[in-house]
Amino acid sequence: MDRALISRGVRRCSPRQFLLWLVPWAALAAFGAYSAGLCLVRGLNQTNMDNRFAFGLWIFLDLTVIALGAGAFFTGFLLYILKRHELKAVINSAVVIGFVCYSGAVVVLMVDVGQPLRAWFTFWHPNVHSMLTEVTFCITCYLTVLAIEYLPILLKNRKIRQVPSFLVFEFELHKVMYVLAGVGTFLSFFHQGSLGGLYGVLRGRPFAFREGFAIWPSTFFLFILSAAAAGPAFILLTTWLVSKISRKRLVKLEVMAELGRISGVLLIVYVLAKAVDTLVWINETAPATGFAAHQFYAWRPFGTWILFAEIVVFGLAPALVLLDEKKRQRTGWLVGAAVLVCSGIGLNRFVLTIQTLALPTLPFDAFLSYTPSWQEVGTFLAVIAYGVLVYSLSFRYLPLFPQERELAEVPRVSGD
Amino acid sequence: MTMDTKRKRPARYGMVIDVDRCTGCGACMIACAVENNVPPAQPEATDRTGITWVRVYQIHNGASFPENRTAFVPVMCQQCGHQTPCVSVCPQQAVDVDRETGIVGQMPQRCLGCRYCMAACPYHARYFNWWDPVWPKGMERTLNPAVAPRMRGVVEKCNFCQGRLHAARERAAAAGRAEPKPGEYVPACVEACPTAAITFGDLADENSAAAEQARGGNTFRLLQKLGTEPKVYYRSSRPWVHQVAQQDFGRRKKEEIRG
Repeated sequence: MDRALISRGVRRCSPRQFLLWLVPWAALAAFGAYSAGLCLVRGLNQTNMDNRFAFGLWIFLDLTVIALGAGAFFTGFLLYILKRHELKAVINSAVVIGFVCYSGAVVVLMVDVGQPLRAWFTFWHPNVHSMLTEVTFCITCYLTVLAIEYLPILLKNRKIRQVPSFLVFEFELHKVMYVLAGVGTFLSFFHQGSLGGLYGVLRGRPFAFREGFAIWPSTFFLFILSAAAAGPAFILLTTWLVSKISRKRLVKLEVMAELGRISGVLLIVYVLAKAVDTLVWINETAPATGFAAHQFYAWRPFGTWILFAEIVVFGLAPALVLLDEKKRQRTGWLVGAAVLVCSGIGLNRFVLTIQTLALPTLPFDAFLSYTPSWQEVGTFLAVIAYGVLVYSLSFRYLPLFPQERELAEVPRVSGD
Repeated sequence: MTMDTKRKRPARYGMVIDVDRCTGCGACMIACAVENNVPPAQPEATDRTGITWVRVYQIHNGASFPENRTAFVPVMCQQCGHQTPCVSVCPQQAVDVDRETGIVGQMPQRCLGCRYCMAACPYHARYFNWWDPVWPKGMERTLNPAVAPRMRGVVEKCNFCQGRLHAARERAAAAGRAEPKPGEYVPACVEACPTAAITFGDLADENSAAAEQARGGNTFRLLQKLGTEPKVYYRSSRPWVHQVAQQDFGRRKKEEIRG
């Protein structure tokens, strides 16, 4: 039965081996579900968040996975709108990653709010001035778009394709894929930006507050740019990782190099924009609110090193690597740079979410720290486990990498 | 008797807290909790997870004995009057500013518990219900029927005892007046303070005691440069209090602070 579900021309491990791979992840997911269940039933007192650290690990996770999941919309945009056909090799994988990231983030958000059953209130009584309203609307809509985009991949399953009506349905879905890609791009641009705006608009948090253009603070645009840069890097990284774990060649090196190039170009633009934004913030925005920027870095461990790491180590350095054509031909450089880009996104989201809340604003208030509880960590790990499970099942039974069959037939070339 | 039902211009309720008079006794915190049905803290609660709509900070001048001096700064919702940080961020309009009074209100019945408003508040004056509210047996009879208790998972904060405002308005209406007279509406903390350190009133009424004190030379507001126009003023004749309360946080040492 298992064999009949696997696409023709590709080889997968034995069902027993696959099951052994799934078991630990399923156990982790079950542990996480229990952790999340405790938070839902007994309340958020199960977490270590408090009145000062109103947001914690989960918001950091949400912002990071949504940025990493941006590969789905950006690859779709490049493929369907800008006609970069070489990215067809990774679009299916990108959609699955996007779906996993977004659905995971939405589930965690539902656990993170105090009254999850009131989530619909945002649609019923929306405050159009709130960045969170924009985030809620766009993420919900985009998750629906991702689910529809995931559907044709699901329908490509060997067994499902045997049903003629599904085949017709899949064909019809492909026709509207351009529209979905366009809608997805529009929604994604907005919610990636709104996630940045969430903190950028906080006038009461001078560390995060930024001036901007019209109603949007500069972090709105920085988040769009950084997510667009990190998305392709994360696809590159996951493709390489899956290739290593499954011990199969999945895409041609040119595709990996192209993903790296796209990421590099966007990253260098982001680094420049971020540097300008930081200078404006140091010289204009922060002093206008009564704070000198250096004061924000007076609290250990959040020294100025964090700014340097964010802009130079995790920004400029991987950008320069990815812009170098020769280095792009080497998998090691490509993957190393992608790791730095993805870590940089994580650090940036950490700084904006955690460092912002750790810093006191009242002159006589203290700098406070926060350590997540095991229930928070459990829920966090469950999202990762859920992602691995959905991706593993998709990889086994769905044609995520169209070039895989072709590459399996040709002998391995050195350097690939 | 002629009914004076015509409303006057909108009020701008605010308070002036005399830091020199505050002894840090905490009577304001207790009175506030009793008035507003704030439940007793759970055994697991900490000073960071418990609920108190007024928090009294202790500040020091940083000098050593015998020059060391202490003062107490009660901090509640500062009722920001301009670009109120918590109002614009709430995704479902559970926070609003009453145009008639200037009071920043919170609707727990509509609150999602996303805590975005808490992240937005520079004064850390918003509190989340981390637990279900529980009153020990018999104590529920002390609940104030004019104020609805809040459920787990929602945010709450000081609203200048809005229940008292409603009661004062009802009394004024019964007496044929559109608005309560000065002194008829007073929050519980103001009433409970044994040293009369808090003066409450309509800041828009130039003749009110609160407005007169707010105009005085010794007053300051917390984080004034943020431009949120808080309606809670502090006054002190001691220069070091002004210095500590308004200085840049980066220059302070951790050990000088207890809150």
